[in-house]
Amino acid sequence: MNKEAFTKETALQRRAKLREGLRPQYERMMEIRTLENSVNELFAGGSIAGTTHLCLGQEALDIGIALALKPTDVVSATYRSHGIALALGMLPMEVMGEILGKTVGCTGGVGGSMHLCDMSVGLLPTSAIVGAGYPVAAGAALAFQNLGQSHVALAMAGDGSTNIGAFHEALNLAAIWKLPVIFVIDNNVYGEYSRINVTTPIEDLYLRGASYDMPSVVVDGMSVEAVEDAIAAAAERARSGEGPTLIEAKTYRFAGHSRADTAPYRPEGELESWAERDPIKVMRKRLLQDKVMTQEEIDQVSIDADKYVSELVQFLTKEPEPEISAMFDHIWAQDRVS
Amino acid sequence: MKMRMNQAIVSAFADEMRLDPSVMLMGEDIAGAGGPFKTSEGLLDEFGPMRVRDTPISEMGFTGAAVGASALGLRPVVEIMFMEFLGVALDQLVTEAAKFRYLSAGQVSCPLVIRASVGSGLGFGSQHSQTLENWVSSTPGLKVVTLSGPQSAYDLMRSAIQDPDPVIVLEPRVLYGERGEVETGDSRVKPLGQANVIQAGNEVTIVAMGQTVRTSIEATAQAGIDAEVIDLATLVPWDRATVFESVKKTGRLVVIEEAPESGGWGGGIVAAVASELFTSLKAPPIRITTPNVPVPYGKSLEVKFLPSADATAAILKEFLETNTAPAPWWISEGFVK
Repeated sequence: MNKEAFTKETALQRRAKLREGLRPQYERMMEIRTLENSVNELFAGGSIAGTTHLCLGQEALDIGIALALKPTDVVSATYRSHGIALALGMLPMEVMGEILGKTVGCTGGVGGSMHLCDMSVGLLPTSAIVGAGYPVAAGAALAFQNLGQSHVALAMAGDGSTNIGAFHEALNLAAIWKLPVIFVIDNNVYGEYSRINVTTPIEDLYLRGASYDMPSVVVDGMSVEAVEDAIAAAAERARSGEGPTLIEAKTYRFAGHSRADTAPYRPEGELESWAERDPIKVMRKRLLQDKVMTQEEIDQVSIDADKYVSELVQFLTKEPEPEISAMFDHIWAQDRVS
Repeated sequence: MKMRMNQAIVSAFADEMRLDPSVMLMGEDIAGAGGPFKTSEGLLDEFGPMRVRDTPISEMGFTGAAVGASALGLRPVVEIMFMEFLGVALDQLVTEAAKFRYLSAGQVSCPLVIRASVGSGLGFGSQHSQTLENWVSSTPGLKVVTLSGPQSAYDLMRSAIQDPDPVIVLEPRVLYGERGEVETGDSRVKPLGQANVIQAGNEVTIVAMGQTVRTSIEATAQAGIDAEVIDLATLVPWDRATVFESVKKTGRLVVIEEAPESGGWGGGIVAAVASELFTSLKAPPIRITTPNVPVPYGKSLEVKFLPSADATAAILKEFLETNTAPAPWWISEGFVK
């Protein structure tokens, strides 16, 4: 395979495709799932350095957000962003290329797994700092407000991020200035290696919006439809000048926190019980019920995704690593550091 | 026109805000109250509450908001009332703003200005008197400048706002009330990174920044020394060419810092000169700094803490007579072994 095989569509085209119906939404979910599983294997095999944070189990949330927002809206996300990046439309080649530290990666291999960005579909540089994206999204919304634009900013981060000051300061600012921003808490039950009950006095985190007098809702994060509806309503409020919304999406982190963490700290049976509500399973059920796809077609999507990702990895393996000069680019506006 | 440094800052803001509708100000008490140091007086009336915003006491929140706003088309200018307050917001500056261009392969830039009042001399005590340049000077992606008076304030503030990258502007609090002639206008805007030779001389090069510029001028006059005084103005990226050219001429370098000796900004300049201009030197390059202690409150203590004109004059005389580095006072006077 050559590069052309992986650049047939632009990120914007991929984004638009999601709107064509449940089938492309399911295909994108499987793309995320398959790519994440591949990242896991590549990390275990030593092809990926440092760390990785998988979003297995959170695919519905990512797709729902991408569906509800426009490409001119912006998203501030975290180190667990492979899924949202692909959902927003970013090319798998640029995502996986970055994770593997190749020049075809979105930052040419200087960023790595935690640092994705594609402004053509509104993905701001993702941050490796818990909670940092909340004020940044509030600020993006401030720009939209001051410049008279009707765009919306969205920040998404895990449940662990609601105990850090940046979360509260951003919500406070957004509330007093009525900023067009949506704060999404991806409550996947675990903050790093700790279960939510150990770190946080409440498990329903949308309640935290009350102290900022902010409309706050909780949604089933395993359902694309539920997420899309909630985000769309919040976006509508934001665009009409009514200010921010806090959304808690209940999901579950099927993988460990990062790297080789197998999450042995989970209570017995918890993973199994959540696996029943795996967003992929939920979506398959819906596809069959609504007669959008047959079982054979659903099975074929898995086969195609496996083939695509394995060909992509094969292609990337042969792609060059960055030239040394790459580390000197994009420090300041001029190309090279003085 | 004669104005105080805080008025020169207001003037720079007003000129930039008239020129560019994307420029906005935010910080604690800067709108209705005109700023705790009167550096935004009258701007709310002219530019309105969208562009001149009072913030809650929430540095992490509004510094982060400036990062996001700058990434999406605004040029926010953020006031951090006392430099120490940046401590609670440092993540947004050094980990987000400084990296956005890098981690987006140039797709995103953060043309924001973070300005903070700094320094000792007014009795604000240990937690309101540090300069703390080194909090920000070792993070690639940031630029750092220090104002040294009314003209410098007008010029550097306008240049910082027009700069396409995140700039930290340090404002010596003790200089806000200093009056001087200020030439205004677009021609004052120059790229950052240029030092100013404010006094020509042949015997020694003095590199100063912020309030030590004034100290240097007074000290050399007092000591009757033919010194070249350079206001570094931009610490990152610092103007090697101007400093080197001067040291090649004088053969001697003294850096005067309002900061503890440990990790102070002069270390890098002395090291560069010692390494690269060794054969041009007639004496070891030296630093005059504060001792490694928090800024003390009591008047007698604070005066002694900061390099004064008197103390600096004495050090300069001894240095020129002996061509050796005088021991810092806390050692020669036996306070530190």
